[in-house]
Amino acid sequence: MPNRTTIEIRGLSKDFGSVSAVSDLSFTVQPGTVTGFLGPNGAGKTTTLRMLLGLVRPTSGTATFGGTSYRDLRAPLATVGTALEAASFHPGRSARNHLSIYATAAAIPQARVGAVLEQVGLGAYVDRRVGGYSLGMRQRLGLALALLGDPGVLVLDEPVNGLDPEGIRWIRTFMRELAAEGRTVLVSSHLLSEVQQSVDRLVVISKGRLVYEGGLQGLDTETRVAVDSPDRGMLDAALLAAGAEFTSTDAGLIVSSMTAAEVGAIAQRSGVALSLLQTQQGGLEQAFLDLVGEGSQP
Amino acid sequence: MNVFALIRAEFQKVLTTRIWWILLLVLVVYVAMLAGFLGAAFGGSFGSASEVPPVPTEQLSAVIYSVATAIGYVFPLMLGTLSVTGEFRHQTLTPTFLATPRRGRVLLAKIVALSVFGAIYGVGALIGSIGAGAGVFAITDLDNGLGDQDLWLLFARSVLAMALWAAIGVGVGALVPNQVAAIVIVLAFTQFVEPILRTVASFVSWAADLGNYLPGAAGDALVGASIYGSLGMAAGEATVVEWWQGGLILAAYAVVATVLGYLIAWRSDVT
Repeated sequence: MPNRTTIEIRGLSKDFGSVSAVSDLSFTVQPGTVTGFLGPNGAGKTTTLRMLLGLVRPTSGTATFGGTSYRDLRAPLATVGTALEAASFHPGRSARNHLSIYATAAAIPQARVGAVLEQVGLGAYVDRRVGGYSLGMRQRLGLALALLGDPGVLVLDEPVNGLDPEGIRWIRTFMRELAAEGRTVLVSSHLLSEVQQSVDRLVVISKGRLVYEGGLQGLDTETRVAVDSPDRGMLDAALLAAGAEFTSTDAGLIVSSMTAAEVGAIAQRSGVALSLLQTQQGGLEQAFLDLVGEGSQP
Repeated sequence: MNVFALIRAEFQKVLTTRIWWILLLVLVVYVAMLAGFLGAAFGGSFGSASEVPPVPTEQLSAVIYSVATAIGYVFPLMLGTLSVTGEFRHQTLTPTFLATPRRGRVLLAKIVALSVFGAIYGVGALIGSIGAGAGVFAITDLDNGLGDQDLWLLFARSVLAMALWAAIGVGVGALVPNQVAAIVIVLAFTQFVEPILRTVASFVSWAADLGNYLPGAAGDALVGASIYGSLGMAAGEATVVEWWQGGLILAAYAVVATVLGYLIAWRSDVT
C-alpha cells in the first residue's frame, strides 16, 4: 500500500505577464478522501495543478506532497499519478508503447503497462495506434498513465470530459475505490454536478482565488418561497407591510427571508387568496455558481 | 532515476515511431545514388574528361565514399531536431517531465541516445556510398581503395561526424521548438545558406578562414574529404583545419545549441 500523502498548497501565485492567473492560493488535500477542485473555465485550476506537478514555475508560494516538491520526489510516478486535460501522446504510438516509455524512464516494471491498460478497460486496444482512439479512450489512456506507478496520490484534471455515461459512472466508482484504499485524490471540474456524487470535500476557486474549502454540506443552500395571488398588488403590499424581502418575477414573488408557513400566515391575516405557495431548494449547483460569482449573471 | 533508464526511454521514443527508419532508408538510397553517379562521372565511364573537374585518382575513392557525410549529414541533423520538436508538438513533454522532473537529465539522455542513432545513420550511409561507389569502380576497372587503412580511419571519423550532427539536431530542436520552423531552418541553412557562405568565403580573402567555422565545413574537416573541397568550392585561400579541430568545432555547435535551447525553451513552463 502506498504511503498516505497530503497535498499542501501554500500561498501559490502565478502571473502570466501582467495577468494574474492564480493569487495567493492555499489549501490542503487529505489522504483517504476525494477532493473536488472546482471553478469555472479560466479560474486557474489547470495552472494550479501544473504548478503542483512542476510543469509551471510558480511566481511565488509552494506546492508540495507532504512537504516535498514534485521536482524533488525520488520516484515521481510511484508517488503521484497524473492525468491532465491535454491529449499528450504521439498519434503514431500504440498505447502499450506510449506507457512503456514512461515505465522505462521511471524504472517501473513493464508488467504494469498491460495491467493498467486492462484496469482502465483498454485491454483489447493495447497495440492500436493512439491516433485512432476516441476521446473517451484517450481519457482512459491518460488514467492508465496516472495509475502506472501505483501512486498514493492521484491528480486528475477534468477526467469526466469526453466520457460516455457508462464511463462517467465507472470513473466515479473508481475514484471512490482509490480513496477508500487510503489514497489522496484531487479531481478538477468546472461543473459541481459532475463530481458531487463522488467527492468528500470541495476546494472552489474563482479568478485564481480560493472562495470555498470544506464539505459539500457546508455550501450555502438557501431555501426560498415562491408565492403568487390573483391579486398581485394586494399580496405585494401585505408582504411589504410584514417586512419580507422578495423579488417579483413572472412566476410569482420570490421571498428569500421566510418559510412557506410564515408567508401563508401573512396572506391569511391580510385576506389575500393565494394561487401558489411553494418552497424552492437553492441546490448545490446554484450555491456553487453563487460562490464563483456567476449565479447572478443572466 | 538512473541515467541509463532515461537513455533507454529515449531509444524507445525513437524506435516506436516511423520517422527514424524512413529517414534512414531515404538517406541510404540517396547517398548510394549520388555515390554511384559521381563514381561513374569521375571514373570516366561517361562524358569526356574535359567536362569533369579532375580529381586525383588516389583521392577519388575517399571523395566518393564521403558523400555519405558531405551530403547525408542533414539526415541525422533532422532526426535529432525532430526528436525534440516532436515532444513539443505532441505535448509529450508533459508525461516526459512527469516521469523525470529533472529536465536537464532528459535532454542529456536525448543527446546520448540520438548520437547513437546518428552513428547508426553514419554506418548506413557508408554502406550506401561504399556499396554503390565500389560497385561502379569495379565496373570501370578502377581501384576501390578499400585496402587503404587511412580510408577506414575516414569511415570511423564519418560515423563520429554523423553522431555529432544528431546531437546538434537535439540542440536545434530545443532552441526552435516549433517543428515546422525548425525543419525550414535546418533545410534552408544546410541546403542554401551554408553552401553559399562557404562559396563566398572561399573567394573573399579575409573570410576564408572564417568559412572553416561553418558547421558543414567543420564536419567535412572532421571527415577529411568532401565533394565540396574537391570541386574547389571551399578551397581558395583557406587553411584547411585538422580533423580533430573540425570535430571540436562541430561538438561546440552541439554544446552551444543545446545549452541555449535548455535555457530558452526546455526550462520554460509546459502549459
